[in-house]
Parts: sequence; C-alpha cells; structure tokens
Amino acid sequence: MTTAPERTDPTPLAPGAPRSGTTFLGLPTAPRGVGHLRGERPFPDAARDALRDGQLRANLGHATTTIRKKRAAVVGEVPDWEALRQAGKALKTATMARLDEHLVELERRVGERGGTVHWARDAAEANEIVTRLVQATGSDEVVKVKSMATQEIGLNEALEAAGITAHETDLAELIVQLGDDAPSHILVPAIHKNRAEIREIFLRTMPQVDPDLTDEPRRLAMAARAHLRERFLRAKVAISGANFAVAETGTLAVVESEGNGRMCLTLPQTLITVMGIEKLVPTWRDLEVFLQLLPRSSTGERMNPYTSMWTGVTPGDGPQEFHLVLLDNGRTAVLADEVGREALHCIRCSACLNVCPVYERAGGHAYGSVYPGPIGAVLSPQLTGVEDNASLPYASSLCGACYDACPVAIDIPSILVHLRAEHVEAQEKTTPEGAAFTALATAMSHPRLWHLAQRAATLGRFLARGKPTLPAVLPPPASKWTRSRDLPAPPRETFTQQWAREHRR
Amino acid sequence: MSGAREEVLERIRTALGSERRAPEVPRDYRVTDDRPTESLLDVLTDRLEDYKAQVLRCGPDDVAATVAAALDAGLGSGWTPASVVVTPGVPEGWRPDGVSEDDARPAVRLADFAATVTGVAVAIAETGTLVLDGSPRTGRRAVSLLPDCLVCVVEAGEVVGGVPEALARLDPTAPLTMISGPSATSDIELDRVEGVHGPRTLVVVLVA
Repeated sequence: MTTAPERTDPTPLAPGAPRSGTTFLGLPTAPRGVGHLRGERPFPDAARDALRDGQLRANLGHATTTIRKKRAAVVGEVPDWEALRQAGKALKTATMARLDEHLVELERRVGERGGTVHWARDAAEANEIVTRLVQATGSDEVVKVKSMATQEIGLNEALEAAGITAHETDLAELIVQLGDDAPSHILVPAIHKNRAEIREIFLRTMPQVDPDLTDEPRRLAMAARAHLRERFLRAKVAISGANFAVAETGTLAVVESEGNGRMCLTLPQTLITVMGIEKLVPTWRDLEVFLQLLPRSSTGERMNPYTSMWTGVTPGDGPQEFHLVLLDNGRTAVLADEVGREALHCIRCSACLNVCPVYERAGGHAYGSVYPGPIGAVLSPQLTGVEDNASLPYASSLCGACYDACPVAIDIPSILVHLRAEHVEAQEKTTPEGAAFTALATAMSHPRLWHLAQRAATLGRFLARGKPTLPAVLPPPASKWTRSRDLPAPPRETFTQQWAREHRR
Repeated sequence: MSGAREEVLERIRTALGSERRAPEVPRDYRVTDDRPTESLLDVLTDRLEDYKAQVLRCGPDDVAATVAAALDAGLGSGWTPASVVVTPGVPEGWRPDGVSEDDARPAVRLADFAATVTGVAVAIAETGTLVLDGSPRTGRRAVSLLPDCLVCVVEAGEVVGGVPEALARLDPTAPLTMISGPSATSDIELDRVEGVHGPRTLVVVLVA
C-alpha cells in the first residue's frame, strides 16, 4: 500500500491548530506549529554544520562507543535473546492489530482503579488537557519525569505560556533545560555535551551550586541531586510519560535510573501521565518480554535501577489523583501504512541511534525532530506526513545496523526505502534524479542505447585524470549527487567488452 | 472529551481496515530457571555487587545483627536507631533495637530518616533486582525512596531466576517498585555512575 499524501486541506478537527495534511485514508498527521517533530532545515544542511563541530563528534564518538560495548556484553549473555526479540516483535504486531480494543480495556481498568483517562487527537489538544488539569490543582509549577511524548508535543512551552513552570528532573533533561538547549538523543538528551561542558552549565545556572564543582560525573550528579531535592519535596503535581501500559490490568510502567521518576510518581498529590496510544501491551505477562529487552538495549544494564508500576490510585501510597492522557498526534496515520506501521513498535531504547554511523557523526540535532537517529528517520516523517520531513528517509546509508540492534526487530531499512518511494511519488515536478533514472531505465531496456551509453560513460575517464574517483566539483545538477558521494571513474572497458575480449578467441 | 475518544478510536478502525491479522506470539524464551537455590543466591549476589550494592549473608537467627551490620556499612558505625525507619511488616526479629516504624506521617517527612529497612516481595537473580509491592513488609513507596540508605532483607525462598517467574508472583495492581542497585545515571557520557536522587547506598541482607 502506498500512502502518497494528499496536499488538500483536511477537515479541521480541533479549532485553532493548523493542520499539515492527511494520509490517503483521511487520517490527520501531527499538526504544524506545535511540538518538536519538524526541523528548520533539511537534514543534509544541518548535518554538514554538525560535522564541522569537532567537539560534538568527539563527544558522540566517545558516548556511543561506550554504550555499544556495554550493550553487546549484556545482550551476549542472554541465551534466548533472539527468542525474546521475536516475541517482542509478535507482541507489538498483535497489539496494533487490536489497538482500539486494548485502549478501551485500558481506559476501563484505569477508571475502575480511580484514575481518569483523557483522549487527545493531537499535540495541541494534549497540551490543553494537561494545562487545564494543572490549573485545576492551583499549582503554578510541576516536576517532570523525562518523557518523549511530552517533548514531542512541546508541553513545556505550552505550560510556560499558561504561567506554569515545568522542572525537568532527569539529569540529561535538566542539562538541556538549564543550557537552553535541545535534546539530541532519545535516552540521553544531553549526549552531545561532555562532562566539562555540563560542569560549565551547572556553574552558570544553578543558584546554590558549589563554586568548586569539578567535572567528575559523580560530583555533577550530586549537584543535580541538591538542586532538585527541595523541588521534589514541595511539588504538588508531576507529569510523566509511560514506557508501558497493560490493558488487562490498567497498570502503567516507567523505567528509569536516577530515582527522579520515583520522586515524581510517588510524592506529589496529582500525577498526569501523557502516553502515545501505541505504548500499551495487552497482558501483564507481556511485560516479561519487554522488561528484559529494554534495559539491556537501552543503557546496557541487566536491569535499570528503578522501574515503577502503578494501577490507578492506591490509598495511602503515592498520588491520590491520577490522569492518563492518551495521545494520537499522527500515530493513527502511521498505523494506516501497512509497511510503515512497524515504526510504532518502537520501545524507545535508542540502541539504533548508538549503532548508526550516520547518527554517530551527525548527532541528534541534525534530524530536527525529538526522535533522531534511524527510528526517528522512519517515525518523524510518518507522524508529520513525509513531505514535512522529506530529507529524513535519506539520512541513512541503509547499512542495516539499526535492524540488527533493534530489540523488537523493526525493519528500519525497509521502511526507509518505502518512505523514499513515497516521497518520490509525491513529487509533481520531475526532479533531476527522477529524470536521470527515467533515462537510465530507457537505456537499459534498449541494448543498442545501453551500449552507446556505456561507451559515452567511459569518456568520464578524462574528467578523472587518472584518479580513481571523479572530482567532487561536477556542475549542477550532478553536484547534488557527488557532494556526499564518491563517483568512481568509469573503467577502461565495460564488463561485456572485457568478456568478449577474453573469451572470443 | 468524548468527541476525541470516539474520533481516535474511529481513526484506528479506519487505519486497520477490516482485515486484521494478529500473529501468534512465540514464547520460546526461558520462563523458568531450575538451578538450585544456592546457585541462584550466588548469581543474585554477583549481580547486586556488580551494581555497587553491598551484600551480607546470614542465617535466619542472625538477621537483626546482620541488619545492624548493614546499617554500619551504609551509615558508618555511629548511627542512631532513631534515624532508621522500618516498614510495619518487618518482623520483630529483624529489627535492631530502638529503630522507628513507619508511622504514616506525610511522605515528604520520611526524608528526615537516614536509612530504611524493608523486606522484598520477590528478588530476581539474573538481573539483580529486588521488587517491593507496597505490602506491609515492603512498605509504601516513599519509605524506600527518601532516606539515603536502603537495607533490604531477602529470604532465600523469595529469590527466582528470571523476570518471567518474578512477574508471575506479583499482583499487577499493587504499587510496584523494582530496584536494581543504588540510584544511578548514565546521562554523563553514557557511563554509569551511582548515586543521584534515590538512595545512594543499597545494602542487601541475604537470609539462607
């Protein structure tokens, strides 16, 4: 199935929010003008700047090398890893096939246990719901657990516009927030900063910080603890995402390391959780698969330090008011694509980022979306409609390392190719690349033309002047191709010429 | 918001169409572990120590003394019993003299304590994980969170091999906390350092 996006205006679904487009089934993608799914520049332009930043490349190289080794070691010691991976993939496929039924069951179970479920068609609606819920508590500040969903919808900005301060409490999110920066990794949003840079941010922005703070990671972690301790103890409202929700029991799960998640999920009176509709699993037992796959793929640990699970409200223990906001924001448009929907299986471990040669060099900011790396290159364009992130499906060498690393075996390379085809089909004007391939197809289907073309191509040897590759400064439009690729000099003779010469005796 | 609810559900039905294929889920992975208890305890100890938790082993009659030793290790030998809180279901025989029981004070005031002593619902050897379930023995969630030193007493019968066996023993609707080592972060250069917001010291007393 090909889902060439229509460029007609869809029916407005919520007042005020500009829409970007719909899939051919009429399902709206994530709206423009709210949230962080679209970059300001195409990937190649942003990546070119990032590649010039030697510090960034050093930081990313160091961090991804470290985590790749750790992941390989803890995955290697699990004898049934591949069986777990296949179970995870099948579980996600089965969940998507009955997504509506599972969501209704989740809603009922959460309600039975004293929670309230809200539905949000898009980012703007989710932001409105959360803002209203916070305002109803009378609080003008919230503590936040790191959450991709709330990053995606731009919740902090929406709260700020309503006069509510959101304190990020995850160490990396805090670094990004204090540094007035943008996240660049799913798991470690501040991966682009090294310890010395983090120390500098803390010294500059933390009011009570010890001026003798060193860049020793343990000392930096202690500084964050001191900075946030009082905020945790006074917080009335917390906002979290969710790693998993169990439909049959209404149980939510947050997987974390530092204990900031536990602080947020335990101490405030009110807890608001924003969760993409794809994050649920049908049964409690299903978590036995994902709780093995996620930590080893993510931080390279056998198990992350803390996993919190809660079902509605427990009297005398934790928040006494619980709201769950179920977010679409383009997910149903992704679901409509039989090839692309596999991107919804993602459990946000970030293993694909850490193994990707493109991510390792370009970094997360170049992708322009809160979802960078290989999974971002297939997820972001589908959530927004491929024309709003048209360069991302090309931000890959299709080497397949992401597929191998993915704990739920998402075939990212195939989705990338699928989205490239979708982008090409969406073009109304012929591109130079399209014209070249049309000409090539004509030549290849006519032997006489093909031989002529081959002979003509050998003339390219003059351009190469004896070097193995053609110069990178070919005139446009060929320069668009050679700018990022080596074009080998044509051989002296073609394969058929060589064959004929050697065998026709 | 019922408009949004109906619309999102309708979008899902449109997206999936009439032909829904849900595959069988192959559960060919390990769901049991038949290693003897003694080797499970060794694996658990190895995993906990790998996370920089301390493990003290003792017999059933020496729990209180070993808990005291664990508090020595976590707080230094000069600790006062009044600075230690135990969960209501921790047996009398495990409690060092003079420690306080959680008296249901406002959760944030639990931060006044230096250390907590709890039991566990189940422990997972292969991942070095202790699971607390909000029962009287394991306490409410805040009590194992705010004091900076956490002492967990694990009995041999509570130890299972892997994650599937542990989940099968738990009530999903209880407030569950899975703890694997002291609070830690990988957020600086993707390398793990121990000690952020949760207890910076974890001492496990293994009773066998």
